[in-house]
Amino acid sequence: MKYGVNEQGYYGDFGGAYIPEMLYPNVEELRQQYLRILNDADFKAEYDQLLRDYVGRPSPLYHARRYSEKYETNIFFKREDLNHTGSHKINNAIGQILLAIRLGKKRIIAETGAGQHGVATATVCALKGIECVVYMGEVDMERQAPNVARMKMLGAKVVPATSGSKTLKDATNEAMRDWINNPVDTHYIIGSVVGPYPYPEMVAQFQSVISLEAKKQLLEKTGSELPQYVIACVGGGSNAMGVFYHFLDDESVKLIAVEAAGQGVDSGHSAATTFLGREGVLHGSRTILMQTDDGQVVEPYSISAGLDYPGIGPQHAHLYKIKRAQYVSATDDEALQAGLLCCQLEGIIPAIETAHALAHLEKMKFEPTDNVVICISGRGDKDLNTYIKHFNF
Amino acid sequence: MNRLNKLFDSKKDNLLSIYFTAGYPALSTTVEIAEALEKAGVDFLEIGFPYSDPVADGPTIQHSSEVALENGMNLNRLFEELKDIRQRVSIPILLMGYVNPMVQYGVARFCKKAAEVGVDGVIVPDLPMYEYESLYSKDFKNNNLSNIFLVTPQTSEERIRKIDGLSDSFIYLLSSSSITGKNLEVSNSIEDYYKRVKSMQLKNPAIIGFGISNTDTFNKACEYARGAIVGSAFVKFLGSENYLERIPGFIQSIRP
Repeated sequence: MKYGVNEQGYYGDFGGAYIPEMLYPNVEELRQQYLRILNDADFKAEYDQLLRDYVGRPSPLYHARRYSEKYETNIFFKREDLNHTGSHKINNAIGQILLAIRLGKKRIIAETGAGQHGVATATVCALKGIECVVYMGEVDMERQAPNVARMKMLGAKVVPATSGSKTLKDATNEAMRDWINNPVDTHYIIGSVVGPYPYPEMVAQFQSVISLEAKKQLLEKTGSELPQYVIACVGGGSNAMGVFYHFLDDESVKLIAVEAAGQGVDSGHSAATTFLGREGVLHGSRTILMQTDDGQVVEPYSISAGLDYPGIGPQHAHLYKIKRAQYVSATDDEALQAGLLCCQLEGIIPAIETAHALAHLEKMKFEPTDNVVICISGRGDKDLNTYIKHFNF
Repeated sequence: MNRLNKLFDSKKDNLLSIYFTAGYPALSTTVEIAEALEKAGVDFLEIGFPYSDPVADGPTIQHSSEVALENGMNLNRLFEELKDIRQRVSIPILLMGYVNPMVQYGVARFCKKAAEVGVDGVIVPDLPMYEYESLYSKDFKNNNLSNIFLVTPQTSEERIRKIDGLSDSFIYLLSSSSITGKNLEVSNSIEDYYKRVKSMQLKNPAIIGFGISNTDTFNKACEYARGAIVGSAFVKFLGSENYLERIPGFIQSIRP
């Protein structure tokens, strides 16, 4: 792949494995084993069967008729919101639990922001009967209470991260500390295309099922497997990478990633990493991150708990730098309005994360013949309280 | 040959190193703490530069980093505080911290500045061997700075040999695979690991760190290595009243 990873785990200038020695054996074991396991016929068969029968894949590619009318083009929703557990996160969680079992691990840890990855991880641990500990920022636990309850019902232990901004980055720090302390029996299911190599690549591969299906579905619906645009929201960037993956080498396809601008890119309350960040090292990889001049990580802000991450995955940093994908942003208000519009035009309540991608449609001009794929990364049940507060329902 | 090499040549056992975070408990305390530690008989020092997301650290050093950052500590400020340290402190000094603040400062500039103020070596837990070798080793060598690598109970023999080859002062042997500040329970498996590393007859001496907080743990470490490093226990002590005048007592409690 032209835009893929090299042998050292780099995408251009980004990636690598900047980890303390305590994590080296775990990460090295993954690096040596993951491709062998992913290419193993047994693994593939079990992964495909679970995606089909348990997750409910393939997820539909829905021609959004009223959206298409409004924006005078052809808009398709890739319905990851219809997956079991309500988001794209389950694709990766299924893949990694099967990997962990084959590595002989007895305990799973994960970090979560919005709670969707935590729920997906707790779900697959219940499915396989494996101990599960999910780290979640204390602030996010309040914002996403229903998902906390779900995780507990699924048998996971939810541990609040109380340091720093008490959000996703701090949950990630705590999960990494846990992994350092439990290097032998524990597998860390990272939920996005971030972290030390091979995680960004591994997660991208598990999520790439989104674009693999979308290509086939587009061919059936439009006569061409290539759309003009693919649009997704990006925090760490796993749904975006999943929906971009099989289109990366198709240069005619314009890839658009929508970051969370929060209260505005220049407001001091934002998570728009490519606008506000610089190159550096975060959570084990060289990437673009929001930081002070001294290299201290800045606490990001977004109304959506799944997007307030101060970095982006290293492959996204690469795609941004070489301009293979365009990185834009949408504010809290724009996202909430777009979320409401989606409810009213299509009868679909999207996650607020997803609503950021939808918000960008307002800023685009399409040809009537264009085909536009938007990744509907998750459903909005978990965000009802936020919607209710904002719109006074 | 820097001060670290001279130290290891001249003193063969029971070496004691102390870690503390620059800017904790207050700004402008770095030099006076260093001076007090030297007077109390400490053999070399590790001065931490704070980072917002220190994943290898437990609550004590995390907290000290938060306070230091709130106090306004950063690399510019640290080098300013260390400007004349060599007029007051003669034992070897290492800087310890995470890679991102160094990258933002500029690694070449960091190494040059560290050498200028009289620093002898650097410990960067999240700077792996590959990146060090391919990107930064030249900057370290040009400034006669040692880069100190960590070894854990899980590190393979082959990798320890490679680390030994890349090292030119000492190897930082972690007592266990853990974040800083965990209480160390010396078990048979830890002793086996110490013995295993000792029997490898590496060219660099080993110094044991993580979980060293009292005479027992210090003595046990010294049975198998050239000395030991105390971090979290000392940082916790810095949070108490009148710490400066009580430093000799603290050092006594580790190495009577």
